Amino acid sequence: MRRQVTVQRPGLLTTVQDLGRWGQQALGVPVAGAMDTHALRVANALVDNPPAAAGLEVTLLGPTLRADAPITIAVAGAAFAIRVNDAGVPAGTAFDVPAGGVVTFGPREAGSGARAYLAIGGGIDTPLVLGSRATHLVSRMGGVDGRALVAGDVLPLGPAPPARRGPRPRALPLDTTPQDAPRVVRVLLGPQDDWFTPAAVEAFLTSPFLVSSRSDRMGFRLEGPTLETRTRGQLLSEPVAFGAVQVPASGAPILLMADRQTAGGYPKIATVISADLPVAGQLSPGDRIRFAACTRAEARAALIARERALLRVLPDEARP
Amino acid sequence: MPVLSRPRLHWSGDALVLVEFEAAISPDVNRRVVSLAAAIGAARVGGVHDVVPAYAAVGVHVDPLRFNQAGLEAVISHAWDQAPGAADAAATVDIAVCYGGVHGPDLDEVAAFASCTPDEVIARHAAGRYRVYMLGFLPGFAYLGGVDPSIAMPRRDSPRTVVPAGSVGIGGAQTGVYPCESPGGWRLIGRTPTTMFDARRDRPALLAPGDIVRFVPTPHDRWPALAAGADA
Repeated sequence: MRRQVTVQRPGLLTTVQDLGRWGQQALGVPVAGAMDTHALRVANALVDNPPAAAGLEVTLLGPTLRADAPITIAVAGAAFAIRVNDAGVPAGTAFDVPAGGVVTFGPREAGSGARAYLAIGGGIDTPLVLGSRATHLVSRMGGVDGRALVAGDVLPLGPAPPARRGPRPRALPLDTTPQDAPRVVRVLLGPQDDWFTPAAVEAFLTSPFLVSSRSDRMGFRLEGPTLETRTRGQLLSEPVAFGAVQVPASGAPILLMADRQTAGGYPKIATVISADLPVAGQLSPGDRIRFAACTRAEARAALIARERALLRVLPDEARP
Repeated sequence: MPVLSRPRLHWSGDALVLVEFEAAISPDVNRRVVSLAAAIGAARVGGVHDVVPAYAAVGVHVDPLRFNQAGLEAVISHAWDQAPGAADAAATVDIAVCYGGVHGPDLDEVAAFASCTPDEVIARHAAGRYRVYMLGFLPGFAYLGGVDPSIAMPRRDSPRTVVPAGSVGIGGAQTGVYPCESPGGWRLIGRTPTTMFDARRDRPALLAPGDIVRFVPTPHDRWPALAAGADA
């Protein structure tokens, strides 16, 4: 029995992702990787994988997969009803799938986010491209031929981790913000907030924005108040961060996400803090988002809290 | 060389530090950028996981909880105190280009813009020695500066949805080669069969910041032989 999984139905947009293709941006190679890296790390921890193991990012409508050998899987992030053959399985923990077992992603719980991460013990073992298995759709790099999964794709798996002694860990319950409430993400202003009028900065920090239908893994185009710049010269193209909010001449902001280009020439009014990127990474068209300014110290405290939450998933012996 | 001022650190969020020089497209500034990026990469500063040179800034992507900012500042100070090398330790790269015809659909438009003949556009473009300022946009896409102002036609109002791999374009004062098929808004004046990026090569990108590029006009009937060589 080959350690592999066969895609029976691909879902809406299912891609192989890891924590991203870091270290290659000097070559113009985008980072890609999971939109919600926290959820991917939780899923990996639940099946005893290293954090950077590749899993599947499942978007809005999930896939149907067949295990061609016995495997252990876990799902984190958006709450889909998962079935193995005809039995429902509990959320937030690992479960076994027998050889020939079919894993089906059913309905998604409203308000639980747009993306789930499926980790499989041993990780997905598609070829490493420049040190990563992450799929970058625009440059057609990584994953399965640089594209989203299609029916009939076969995903090779790495060797299974050693069998666990003792009980399996459980993930923390999901944040259950009502679906219609805007998600609040914290930002640090800049690096070019001084290019904008005070009224634009004020509007940016107080008005909710709608994630438009012209949004994808590269970035979310946001609809809301127009953000006007003072007349200043052209910005030279400079490196950009995951979570930077760039504002083209139209005044309509774009939140840069996992598949962003390595550099850009639009002024950036603010940048989402690392601790809140996973919140942004769960948004999809039609959702609303609101930005709140915070301090560097608050950003650090929030990230430490998020990392501690992740540690609680890990078995005692895996804690540093 | 003009007097440059020390670079400043500027954060974008909590995971990207921009080390910024004067905001200018200038070989002197960019030479500092390239050598500082190399120094930061070599120093293996704690918590740094990507170092990205651009026109006038080095982007340093960090893990906020592990980043050693004092370590980065020490590398910057040390690099600043060292005189920059008299010349880049960079290559001069010749790229064969089949100008015009099917390979350069916008050549006539650029000629009209420049009020000259298509052959004069080719001569002016091929006479340049272009500095690679940075890579970005797509894997292996190099931003080349120093286009003859007479042929520096602005980009199209509406980008093409498909530009073939290897297309050579002009976008204002910049020129470059599309490494793979993609959308693009630059004026296409020719095309090269050279492979600009291949993730399987030891050096995936043909060009690196600081390199000098020369374009070599090449007869269209040489394309099949050159393309076969590029695939080998």
